[in-house]
Amino acid sequence: MSTKVLQTNILESEAIHIFREVVAQFEKPVLLFSGGKDSITLVRLAQKAFFPAKIPFPLLHIDTGHNFPETIEFRDRLVKKLGLQLIVRNVQDNIDAGKVQEETGKYASRNILQTETLLDAIEEFGFDACIGGARRDEEKARAKERIFSVRDDFGQWDEKNQRPEVFDMLNGKINHGQNVRVFPISNWTELDVWSYIEKENIEIPSIYFAHTRATFLRDGLIWSANDDVVYREEDEKTEERVIRFRTVGDMSCTAAVLSNAYDIASVVQEIRQSTISERGARIDDKRSEAAMEKRKQQGYF
Amino acid sequence: MEVLKIATAGSVDDGKSTLIGRILYDTQSLTDDKLEAIEKKSKQRGFDYLDFSLATDGLVAEREQGITIDVAHIYFSTQHRSYIIADTPGHVEYTRNMVTGASTSQVAIILIDARKGVIEQTSRHFYINNLLRIKDIIIAVNKMDLVDYSEEKYNAVQQEIQELISKSTYKEQNITCIPVSALQGDNVVKSSQNMTWYKGKTLVEHLEEIQVQDVYEEAQTRFPVQTVIRPKTEDYHDFRGYAGKLYGGEISVGDQVTVLPSGTQSTVKEIYFYDEKFDKAGIGSSITLTLEDDVNVSRGDMIVKTNEPPKIAKELQATVCWMDKKPLTAATKYGLQHGVHNVLAKIVEVDTIEETNFSVEKTAASQLQLNEIGNIQLKLNKPLFYDSYQDNKYNGGFILIDLQTNTTAGVGFIK
Repeated sequence: MSTKVLQTNILESEAIHIFREVVAQFEKPVLLFSGGKDSITLVRLAQKAFFPAKIPFPLLHIDTGHNFPETIEFRDRLVKKLGLQLIVRNVQDNIDAGKVQEETGKYASRNILQTETLLDAIEEFGFDACIGGARRDEEKARAKERIFSVRDDFGQWDEKNQRPEVFDMLNGKINHGQNVRVFPISNWTELDVWSYIEKENIEIPSIYFAHTRATFLRDGLIWSANDDVVYREEDEKTEERVIRFRTVGDMSCTAAVLSNAYDIASVVQEIRQSTISERGARIDDKRSEAAMEKRKQQGYF
Repeated sequence: MEVLKIATAGSVDDGKSTLIGRILYDTQSLTDDKLEAIEKKSKQRGFDYLDFSLATDGLVAEREQGITIDVAHIYFSTQHRSYIIADTPGHVEYTRNMVTGASTSQVAIILIDARKGVIEQTSRHFYINNLLRIKDIIIAVNKMDLVDYSEEKYNAVQQEIQELISKSTYKEQNITCIPVSALQGDNVVKSSQNMTWYKGKTLVEHLEEIQVQDVYEEAQTRFPVQTVIRPKTEDYHDFRGYAGKLYGGEISVGDQVTVLPSGTQSTVKEIYFYDEKFDKAGIGSSITLTLEDDVNVSRGDMIVKTNEPPKIAKELQATVCWMDKKPLTAATKYGLQHGVHNVLAKIVEVDTIEETNFSVEKTAASQLQLNEIGNIQLKLNKPLFYDSYQDNKYNGGFILIDLQTNTTAGVGFIK
């Protein structure tokens, strides 16, 4: 009989190691789940880290109310299939209570408002570690963030005072009132994530694949039309296009790309050949060069 | 996919960010939108070239001051494999950041300005990479365009480098010098037309051929237990799995093992990775082990092969790089994290400060300031199961944690 030898995937092993450190070092961790490919990948890695036990923490979804319906449907199916605990907190509740003011106009987005709802949820449940799917290759400010990123009472990131992270030793010791954001796939690139989804045969929401959709053009980007939450001016004409989404943020700030990638293999192929970065289709990052860093200082994940 | 981790080191204005930008550009790793942003910004600043440092300096303060403050991670890939660069700053607190970057890297690139040759900081960079035992070093002699691509000048710099290398105590280190111009793109990805006298490989060609091999690959098997998995479900009612990452060596079903600190012996029953069982696993894999016997194992314990015991002690001697504003002094207490094992440490004595220029003479000291490297003696409240750093990086390193602020105050390398 031949010997069955485990082939190690360095990035996968690193992520599993991080998940296990979170559970060992913190009392109340939670996984921030958006329904996007990165957080779906996190769920698979968490399954791997703790098998045959179930994932030992809940998922938290901060629902802006502007999600793609396909994402919400997918989220509920995944949670049911894996028997996970899901907590949903709605940005709408804070708007209704007058705690936050909704932006208006052409570029209105609820992206920034998520932060307030997230901080409320952290306080409500007493979460001490929030696991997120952010990657360092996404954006320049993220490239500087630690795997265990300490936040103060207000959820703020002090970028000039980060703890050194040496070897793969993770120091999760925090003072009262602080919490930690944890990024297990920090060192993965977009292509790493897609290749992993393909190799592991992980199910993802349908909007990641090419489909026909009513769309309109603005600022050279393609937007989903006929959805109440996406603001469209009358002279912005709709047209049916074959498109897919490369990221699933809010409908109001996530643009589509023209694509014929109907299955995961063609998506991976497309990403390999793409000359535009993933966040090139996210209008929230384009507000200014320092947009991400500023949001992080305010407690964005 | 294979991943190679690289750390960069260079002094102010040696052109480190430019080199990284050049690598990204010439390997087609910069996407159109990122490139457009760099073009726009460069023009705005009145440069007549593309300022690639704009691709890596991610914090507002860095772009304002035109310097790199914190370690940034940059990713690129070739047909052959993926690369992760830890770009470490040459300015303030650079020792701390360099050590941080180098601790996770297999290769280091040290930049030298061809006009200046080896300077004090070069020997410091070289020293740190020696201390951390980075096996492969590339010395990029940059700005060759500013010395008219002169072979003579390059040879003179190489001579200085040879002198530096001769002082090194880490003789197994592979050192390669390459003349480059990051700004003009000579010998970074593409062979230089301006230096036909150079017959060696370009920087990226050289990287492609480095074998991913860590010092700890030849090390003995060390399996620190991160957490115990007890599902208590019907299917796995009595399952007790020990989850951890394998540092050094390999482990197979049937291996005779000892659990530390209890000293209990048992045999490896199963090796799980997710829902699959394997006969054998190698270094770096995050696995779950079960043992034949019902033994008491908890977080911080270590499973080793019975015939490969580590050192066990409550007193240690170590070289420490200090990373906190509050200096390290004798008779103080710190938390000590060794992998996934936390103990309390008392600093018995701060002996000497390392000069980082390979000088044999050491300065006697009573404390270590931020960014200083020195030799200390520690006493622990519980024994550590360790190897010396040169035998096993991951089982020979530790961090010291400030008991008040909880911050990581220093990193140690056990002798």
